[in-house]
Amino acid sequence: MNIIVCIKQVPDTTEIRLDPVKGTMIREGVPSIMNPDDKGGLEMALQLKDLYGAHVTVLTMGPHQAEAILREAFAMGADKAILLTDKKFAGADTLATSHTLAGALRSLDYDLIITGRQAIDGDTAQVGPQIAEHLDLPQVTYVENLQYDGDKQITVRKSIEDGYQLLEVEIPCVLTVLSSSNEARYMSVRGIMEAFEKEIEIWNSDRITINADKLGLNGSPTRVAKSFTKGLKPASQLYEVSPAEAVDIIINKLKEKHIVN
Amino acid sequence: MDFSLTKQQELFLQMIRKFAEKEIKPVAAEIDELERYPLENVKKMAQLGLMGIPFPFEYKGAGGNNRMYVMAVEELSRVCATTGVILSSHTSLCGAPIYESGTLEQKNKYLPKIASGEWIGAFGLTEPNAGTDASAQQTMAVKDGDNYILNGSKIFITNAGYAHVYIIFAMTDKSLGTRGISAFIVENGFPGFSVGKKEKKMGIRGSSTGELIFENCIVPKENLLGQEGKGFGIAMKTLDGGRIGIAAQALGIAQGALDETVKYVKERKQFGKPISQFQNTQFQLADLETKIQAARLLVYSAAYKKDTNQNYTAESAMAKLFAAETAMEATTKAVQLHGGYGYTREYPVERMMRDAKITEIYEGTSEVQRMVIASKLLK
Repeated sequence: MNIIVCIKQVPDTTEIRLDPVKGTMIREGVPSIMNPDDKGGLEMALQLKDLYGAHVTVLTMGPHQAEAILREAFAMGADKAILLTDKKFAGADTLATSHTLAGALRSLDYDLIITGRQAIDGDTAQVGPQIAEHLDLPQVTYVENLQYDGDKQITVRKSIEDGYQLLEVEIPCVLTVLSSSNEARYMSVRGIMEAFEKEIEIWNSDRITINADKLGLNGSPTRVAKSFTKGLKPASQLYEVSPAEAVDIIINKLKEKHIVN
Repeated sequence: MDFSLTKQQELFLQMIRKFAEKEIKPVAAEIDELERYPLENVKKMAQLGLMGIPFPFEYKGAGGNNRMYVMAVEELSRVCATTGVILSSHTSLCGAPIYESGTLEQKNKYLPKIASGEWIGAFGLTEPNAGTDASAQQTMAVKDGDNYILNGSKIFITNAGYAHVYIIFAMTDKSLGTRGISAFIVENGFPGFSVGKKEKKMGIRGSSTGELIFENCIVPKENLLGQEGKGFGIAMKTLDGGRIGIAAQALGIAQGALDETVKYVKERKQFGKPISQFQNTQFQLADLETKIQAARLLVYSAAYKKDTNQNYTAESAMAKLFAAETAMEATTKAVQLHGGYGYTREYPVERMMRDAKITEIYEGTSEVQRMVIASKLLK
């Protein structure tokens, strides 16, 4: 079984501060990490490797610094890593990104493609589904659990707002995975030592089966009209009262907001 | 010397820091309170290869170096000094002497078990009457056919009772003084070997510290480590390496205390403002940060010398001396800056202060380190 996991290097948004004047993100000094949902997807793939001896390839598009997350993936247990890097890829929105990734995937053997649900820097959740559309593959999004029959069929648990769905899907397919689906393994010390001896394949636009007009800024219909920082919500009010009084306060507040009559 | 992190070390630091925060820190107070050996965490460390960081792949080690090993001990000790010393004793005091002084057979037999963490290792040199004066060994080893028969006892042995294998020093010829001391690899389970009383300690209470008893203990002659009469040299060389580990432990404790204090002084308000805004607080924090960074450079320098096969005896003594005294100062000031809360077990600095003290005592007291450093100067 060949699994390809699409991963992305993102700024660690838990460490991000905003410029109070410009309202933009201060990127300086913010560590870059493997996107958490993608790491959940990689862990899912590595569990299939543990159980069924699957071959796991990690694929990312980004600048050369993105090698760091590919090394991390090696240290966790990935077998092969590909970095898609080219000036022509720069400025890509989700559509151009998915075209680029799908272009690379067309040159690879796969039974299963896993992506994270969404990246913490953009939160769009679009790239995984778009890859499935470009490659004309079935897709299941928001996957939190996976069972494989060892042949052609996988049963996945898809998280929905108020519960979950159990779905059966035949491979090849695309799954987008939640970070909460598992506890990603630690890198092992030996894995870290060996990660730097393995080769990362560097692919530029020539290696990808896709028209140039679909790449980078040219292939990106999205235009950011304006970016702004959300206003602060008013401070919450604390009441230190008995439970009975608390109930009255809550009921009155709900009435004020016309949530109950 | 360039001590900036390589990309490999950055990844390693990312892993060990997350592991320490998620797996070790949550149980640190509990294992201290209950004096409980954290065996479950030692097993997790083994799974990740942390029990054999500086040993090569061929012996089931992680293929890393001493720089990475001290980074690990520092990061673990930053949240739990007990875990730091378990790793340090195992690696520096048991794995290292077998790797450095063992025969090929001994290495093949013992190192894979130690480096993989399947077995825990320990070291027995100290006796009731042989502490700083380690040459006054009373444990005897008498050759008897294919075996040595050991009689005597060791005290204050880290990992006692949990270790599967011990490096033990005993007199094979009392008339020769230090030249009559030999080293042995003793397995738990050898006939005549037993573990005695467990100490109740001020700090590092989750670690096991106990007595080893040898009553006509039969040790096969192939378990003699190095040559007969060369044990004292092996002990001193082992302690040179061990001191880098303890220096890293002390460094971690100091850093942990500073981390907790920086967090606390920003939250704690007195006279209408956070106490971090008082110059007294700021100056104390600045002094601690400076000393901790100096200690770190000494630790890295000693590890670098060991990694590059240079003599590191004085460097490891300086690293341990300075890091241990920095740990004691940092934790004492951390408690002071926490005020009354710092004296309670609600905050970890109380435990850290108790943990710090031992770093000025074991694997050579601060006085011994000064002797080592001075002897190099006056040679």
